[in-house]
Amino acid sequence: MSALTDLTIADARAGLDKRDFTAMELTEAHLLAMDRARSLNAFITETPDLALERARDADAALAKGEGGTLAGIPLAIKDLFCTEGVRTTASSRILENFVPPYESTVTANLRRAGAVMLGKTSLDEFAMGSSNMTSAFGPVTSPWRRRSAPEIKLVPGGSSGGSAAAVAARISMGATGTDTGGSIRQPAAYCGIVGLKPTYGRCSRWGVVAFASSLDQAGPMTRSVKDAALMLGAMAGHDAKDSTSANLKVPDFAAALTGDIRGLKIGIPKEYRPAGLADEIARLWEDGIAMLKAAGALPVEISLPHTQYALAAYYIVAPAECSSNLARYDGVRFGKRVEGKTLDELYARSRAAGFGKEVRRRILIGSYVLSAGYYDAYYTKAQKVRSLIAEDFRLAFENVDVILTPTAPTPAFAMDEGDAADPVTMWLNDVFTVPASLAGLPGLSLPTGLSQDGLPLGLQLLGRPFDEETLLRVAGVMESAANFTALPPDREI
Amino acid sequence: MGYSLQGETGDWELVIGLEVHAQVTSKSKLFSGAATDFGAEANTQVALVDAAMPGMLPVINAFCVEQAIRTGLGLKARINKTSVFARKNYFYADLPQGYQISQFDQPIVGEGEVILDMADGSTRTIGIERLHLEQDAGKSLHDQHPSKSFIDLNRAGVALMEIVSKPDIRSPDEAAAYVTKLRSILRYLGSCDGNMAEGSMRCDVNVSVRKAGEPFRTRAEIKNVNSIRFIHQAIEYEARRQIDLYEEGGQVVQETRLFDAHKGETRSMRSKEMAHDYRYFPDPDLLPLILSDEEIAAIKSTLPELPDEKKERFIQDYHLSPYDAGVLVAEQSSAHFFETVAKGRDPKLASNWVTGEFFGALNRLGRTVEDPPVSAADLGALVDLIADNTLSGRLAKEVFELMVETGKTPAEIVEERGLRQVTDSGEIDGAIAQVLAANPDKVADYRAGKDKLFGFFVGQVMKATGGKANPAMVNDSLKKQLA
Repeated sequence: MSALTDLTIADARAGLDKRDFTAMELTEAHLLAMDRARSLNAFITETPDLALERARDADAALAKGEGGTLAGIPLAIKDLFCTEGVRTTASSRILENFVPPYESTVTANLRRAGAVMLGKTSLDEFAMGSSNMTSAFGPVTSPWRRRSAPEIKLVPGGSSGGSAAAVAARISMGATGTDTGGSIRQPAAYCGIVGLKPTYGRCSRWGVVAFASSLDQAGPMTRSVKDAALMLGAMAGHDAKDSTSANLKVPDFAAALTGDIRGLKIGIPKEYRPAGLADEIARLWEDGIAMLKAAGALPVEISLPHTQYALAAYYIVAPAECSSNLARYDGVRFGKRVEGKTLDELYARSRAAGFGKEVRRRILIGSYVLSAGYYDAYYTKAQKVRSLIAEDFRLAFENVDVILTPTAPTPAFAMDEGDAADPVTMWLNDVFTVPASLAGLPGLSLPTGLSQDGLPLGLQLLGRPFDEETLLRVAGVMESAANFTALPPDREI
Repeated sequence: MGYSLQGETGDWELVIGLEVHAQVTSKSKLFSGAATDFGAEANTQVALVDAAMPGMLPVINAFCVEQAIRTGLGLKARINKTSVFARKNYFYADLPQGYQISQFDQPIVGEGEVILDMADGSTRTIGIERLHLEQDAGKSLHDQHPSKSFIDLNRAGVALMEIVSKPDIRSPDEAAAYVTKLRSILRYLGSCDGNMAEGSMRCDVNVSVRKAGEPFRTRAEIKNVNSIRFIHQAIEYEARRQIDLYEEGGQVVQETRLFDAHKGETRSMRSKEMAHDYRYFPDPDLLPLILSDEEIAAIKSTLPELPDEKKERFIQDYHLSPYDAGVLVAEQSSAHFFETVAKGRDPKLASNWVTGEFFGALNRLGRTVEDPPVSAADLGALVDLIADNTLSGRLAKEVFELMVETGKTPAEIVEERGLRQVTDSGEIDGAIAQVLAANPDKVADYRAGKDKLFGFFVGQVMKATGGKANPAMVNDSLKKQLA
């Protein structure tokens, strides 16, 4: 396999500048990898022709010395970002044939930076799931396998499972993800890559198919912390078309990777150590603490007392917003339509045929918690919990600079385990990622070790609002210390 | 004693509240840049967000917010410095998002008032409960195809102000006066054109009845009553229906009813049990709307003189009757027209001519004050000719009709037709002498006490002078000569 697909974005970009290889060569190498790894089902739509066209443009720009920060870098785009003229499905039957006439702000920003889109990656339907099993286009297979049972197919996590698998399997150098309750961080942990959910408002939501508007946030998924910094720099920025986008200058995130974290205080929340936390996860966390300590940072035990209510609050707020956000998929103007004798019949048939089980479940829950007589007991209460959780973090960040936790309670699970699990067990995957989502805080997952069975495990760093720089700085140090070099066995199928 | 309806069990009082949907005058929609022109070809004024395409987001139109604040200030209402947009969720084919962005528990404008000018010159104050901003829906067209409905999204997303009155209205006349006054205020403010025929103002009417002194009884809401005449009819019909129901031993149920303009009746649309559960919740795509005192003050400083203040000024400065002042200020253009005519002239005379002959001519010709058949300057000149006794009132009316017909100035007409009033006392006395000489028997009857004959002599003298004699001089002189 070509070494080109093993490069980081930073190295590839340097190589392009030095003319060690062209953007065309780089893209062709990745398209070849895409062909070979098709059995992973990471992509819903491949766009090789478009990729080659953009690579050609990148080479032209590079030749003139006008290449952007991501000129010629092949990326995968989660199929939740609307891409002009390229089918955008949200992994749902209801948008099976939807071709947007517009480009999301984030992908437009990436394109402006010179990035090459390889295709659109699979996800849990409408980003609702932690396994990528709910995609209407079939599950995505993780490139990783258990040492003890290499024949068993594992999930890549979700909802940005296709993106995580594509980056881990060296099909793409980086990918966009979106994170509502952990959808970037959890699959990054499962697939042994870096995933960064920025602060809510850092990246524009314009043109991203909405799941839960107050939580959804786009972010990069890469194989190095520096790559995450580079990609985020290209994705982020104020957008007048998104009222919730923050009017802040985009810092030079890569410049934050100074390698010096001496004196930084690292919060270790005691509530993230529930009874029954797997030994290997607890050990991974201890190792992480030790790495930061060795680099001169100061671990501090903190308390985030309302953590235990986060998951319940999340599974009220997110479905409530989803039930309303998905009302537009009604078979009237675009997307799937199944005719009916009456308007109501048309709605019912179109939506029944268009939405999968998990999406329907969340629409029902969301409609229920917003309905008259239940609103205060559920939605209002959940919003109060949300405020309390945000306040927990605010207080904690008065004393610490970042918070370190595990990303997920387990390594990747097998597909049939996912099938067998009841919904609530599935939702427990989000237990460590959801609180920061509710608080709108930036979170980053990076791989720091392997499970006993050879699967990647991730640690999560949480930061102050709009302080992705400190997050990246600490992550950079941890990345060096952990020296995670394990490769997925399925990388070269 | 106020308005009441007679039933078999006695008098019933009406309790009425109105919800008026007023389309905000603005070039673009509440949350998109699409145009709002009336009558455009279907689906040509639709932004991606209006069609609720995936991933599209609303961005508030600051001008619409300004219009709502302006309206709130015009209604002497509290402006809420924090207001929140909420989603009102329901499915309908012409509601692309599956929800309407509206304001629920935190509207932009709170309590205010509207002062009604009743026909007898009295006033009534009706409380305003709230005003909030919301999106309009699109339009379903059911008559374009035998089995399909078509959707026009031009109107989808257009900004509306929903203005909710308190249940302070007690009669159909007051309801009509309320809508008339509200429309007048909105037009003064320039925040809504008030055109009910084009749907820029639409009304929902809440009606209940009760016996004097009782608390409120159950109300019915009548949807989309779209002319002042229909408001009248709908309230009368609905109140009578409820009274009959109570008197037959039945109960009014809380429900939404539809007004059938052809039959002049209301019909049940959906009962309380069938009522939508709109699942309101704050729209997470929009931040709370925060206003500063400075912003509000800046808008306040641009408010025009509103009808109530103008009316008060007309009464004070021009000594007009409250009724005349009310009529003149109903439209800014009428008030302006009047003030142009009245400038430097007798205001009472100016008022009489504007509200009398001039408005009469507008009605007759279907013209408007903006497009008048006679200019304010020409009408002023006519008033001058009356004031300096060139024309009698009667002659002036003749001249006015000629002005309308020919577009000429009153001076030109007077000159051309020789319509100048005769004020030469010799000429008048001569005409009187001739008339008296020709009617000796009538003179004798008059002197014997038949006073009514005075009018006959006036008529004869006017006839003899071709209608041009100054009537006051004729009166004076006749009295002297008959004495």
